Amino acid sequence: MDWLKIGSTALIVAMMIFIWPAAKHMLHNSPEAEKGDWQSAIFPILAVICFVFLLMWLV
Amino acid sequence: MATNYAAPRSEASILSTNKLIRNTYSLLSMTLVFSALMAALAVLIRVGPGFGLVCTLIAFGLLWFVLPKTANSGSGIGVVFLFTGLLGFGLGPTIGYYLSMPGGPQVVMTALGGTGVIFLALSGYALTTRRDFSFMGGFLFVGLFVVLAAALVSIFFPIPGLSLALSAAIVMLFSGFILYDTGRMVNGGETNYIHATVSLYISILNIFTSLLHLIGFADD
Repeated sequence: MDWLKIGSTALIVAMMIFIWPAAKHMLHNSPEAEKGDWQSAIFPILAVICFVFLLMWLV
Repeated sequence: MATNYAAPRSEASILSTNKLIRNTYSLLSMTLVFSALMAALAVLIRVGPGFGLVCTLIAFGLLWFVLPKTANSGSGIGVVFLFTGLLGFGLGPTIGYYLSMPGGPQVVMTALGGTGVIFLALSGYALTTRRDFSFMGGFLFVGLFVVLAAALVSIFFPIPGLSLALSAAIVMLFSGFILYDTGRMVNGGETNYIHATVSLYISILNIFTSLLHLIGFADD
């Protein structure tokens, strides 16, 4: 029996159980995005992705 | 007189936000150093992966059961150091594994430097633009749920492509969390520097471990 797999599974399931109430609250109560909000979030994340590709290429 | 009545409240709010940001980044930098020292100790004494997992389990137990009761008192700082120390110690076996690979030190240092650059860039962006990223909350938590479910699948069905996609998704997700958490600090959604520190620390840790996986794969 692989105890690492069992332990990892237990940890992930516990995380899902504890995060679920916060996720549900966020889904119902998060404010709506205004015009330009998503662009302001997606551009830096795209930059992060490009940076990670650069790091992988440099190694 | 009406206009002067509004000004002191706004100034107090700005001062409070600046104090929160200062306290958060001070505590974050100290806990990151402490965590790194604990990780180095774990590598030196060659801690096994099972012990690392136990440390991680205890750390999350502290996060869910102890920190909520101590976050508004001085003992919360001790709990944060214990939490980050345990997570750093638990990371030791993973770092030790990558260090043992050919070119391993370069992989670890690249992941470390990359994590630093990502965190500083995203934090700097959120702090200078002062944008409110709270609209991302629902999306980020649902994304976290999806990532956890995919991680569960990858434990029982170890497909190389899936684990790489998972690491990439984790980097994107926790980059979003850095924007979200920093935006909350700046705009008053978060007033407790202990909570803010823990949130940012978890984002940094997850980005680092995912970068280790991605860069380790690229190097291999």
